[in-house]
Amino acid sequence: MTDLAAAETSAPREKLTEKMRVRNLDFYYGDAKALKSVDLDFYANQVTALIGPSGCGKSTLLRVLNRMYDLYPRQRAEGEVMLDGENILDPKLDLNALRARVGMVFQKPTPFPMSIYDNIAFGIRLYEKLSKADMDERVERALRGAAIWDEVKDQLNASGLSLSGGQQQRVCIARTVAIKPEVILFDEPASALDPISTAKIEELIDELRSDYTIAIVTHNMQQAVRVSQYTAFMYLGEMVEFDQTDNIFTSPRERRTQDYITGRFG
Amino acid sequence: MTPLQASRKARSAIAMGFCYASAGAGLLALALILAALLWSGFSNLSPSVFTQMTPPPGSSGGGLLNPIVGSLIMTFSGVLIGAPLGLFAGTYMAEYGRNTRLTTVVRFINDVLLSAPSIVIGLFVYEITVVPMGHFSAIAGAISLALLVVPVVVRTTEDMLNLVPGTLREAATALGLPRALVIRHVAYKAARAGLITGLLLAIARVSGETAPLLFTSLNNQFWSANLNAPMASLPVVIFQFAMSPYKEWQALAWVGALLITFAVLALSITARVLGAQRTSS
Repeated sequence: MTDLAAAETSAPREKLTEKMRVRNLDFYYGDAKALKSVDLDFYANQVTALIGPSGCGKSTLLRVLNRMYDLYPRQRAEGEVMLDGENILDPKLDLNALRARVGMVFQKPTPFPMSIYDNIAFGIRLYEKLSKADMDERVERALRGAAIWDEVKDQLNASGLSLSGGQQQRVCIARTVAIKPEVILFDEPASALDPISTAKIEELIDELRSDYTIAIVTHNMQQAVRVSQYTAFMYLGEMVEFDQTDNIFTSPRERRTQDYITGRFG
Repeated sequence: MTPLQASRKARSAIAMGFCYASAGAGLLALALILAALLWSGFSNLSPSVFTQMTPPPGSSGGGLLNPIVGSLIMTFSGVLIGAPLGLFAGTYMAEYGRNTRLTTVVRFINDVLLSAPSIVIGLFVYEITVVPMGHFSAIAGAISLALLVVPVVVRTTEDMLNLVPGTLREAATALGLPRALVIRHVAYKAARAGLITGLLLAIARVSGETAPLLFTSLNNQFWSANLNAPMASLPVVIFQFAMSPYKEWQALAWVGALLITFAVLALSITARVLGAQRTSS
């Protein structure tokens, strides 16, 4: 009986804790409603992929999780987004502290116009005062963590802009990891990269899972299958289906999910 | 070739001819000016130009030391006053107040100021500084130059910061940086070459200005580094000496014109080179 119930609800194989919990989330660009009552959980040490056709709201959802939308006037969110039990939509929340806990990697690599070393050290300096030796070590650890150390260790003083796109993206991941966030958001991190760089980024995301909670927006369904344990399918601002990745791609419950993953639209 | 293609080719050749002629006319004018300056200025250039004061009328010898130093002091002071104002205003417009009503208004006023005749600026500063103070002064000259620096720097600061991709600001914000630090450490850095270019162009713009100084710093035949007293400047000395009947003064005016022109040329070239670096990186 218990076994059957577990199988039917496709219960997780391991004990999961909710790192972030989204409930009843609405989002508006001016008067246009981009998210409609979205519910979703992000489990600790799991990769959750957000998939769906363009304009479905998956990037919008990601940008709510670190309140990036706050940069722009006339964008607002309503509902509840809990991070370890604290509602991050609270207007009194310290946004900079939130963003230190919830890091983000963007679609286009965005190295800062400074040396590779400073690209990493810059963020660390914001939060910690370290000696030169300690800083060197932290920078190295971050670059190793992003699997880019061997490629840049002899040119740490070169401009971050001198690297290839894939290398730049890994430096950006190192920069995010360096300030020790708890959650990392990836917004189509490999869509501007070649297949080899993409494979490296995907491998990296899988490794990062052991230390972080990860959310990734992707247009590439194979990528979602490769890197994620959970997948959420969104359509026209609604959360259509959320389940383990295996289930979404082998036996989706919703017709719209099936149509999308089989390439009938989107 | 069809008749249609032939007629297009002919029209293209005519249009191209006009373009070449216009470009040639512009270049010719510049070449003539530079040649005249080099011819008349260079022959009178001597070390005493940089070591001696402006001579009294009719006497030989003398130099341009006091106007050279005066121009440097007033240009530097003007930039020191004007550049920060322009930088802050431009930063507000591009970073904090993008698409706001205030920015639109400020941009419009700035454009008016940018094309305002400098003699009007000179008269304005005369009214607000020279009249209440009761005398001409270098500081009044610096203020009028600052008013010419401000709109140039506002314009370039706003334009250059607008060129910084928004994704870069988002990336810095995503690290938890407060807005002021995003601007200071990321936006300014990304726009640095452009901002310096704007500053150099502003310096080039004001270093040849005569009208605003005529009403403010006037002139001084003697050495003076006192900001509260009239001060000599190259443009005003050139104006005075070139109009005079004395051969020696006219010769010095040529030298002064040569110095200013090449200083401005050097600034413009530096600005161009920096600008080219920005676009290539």
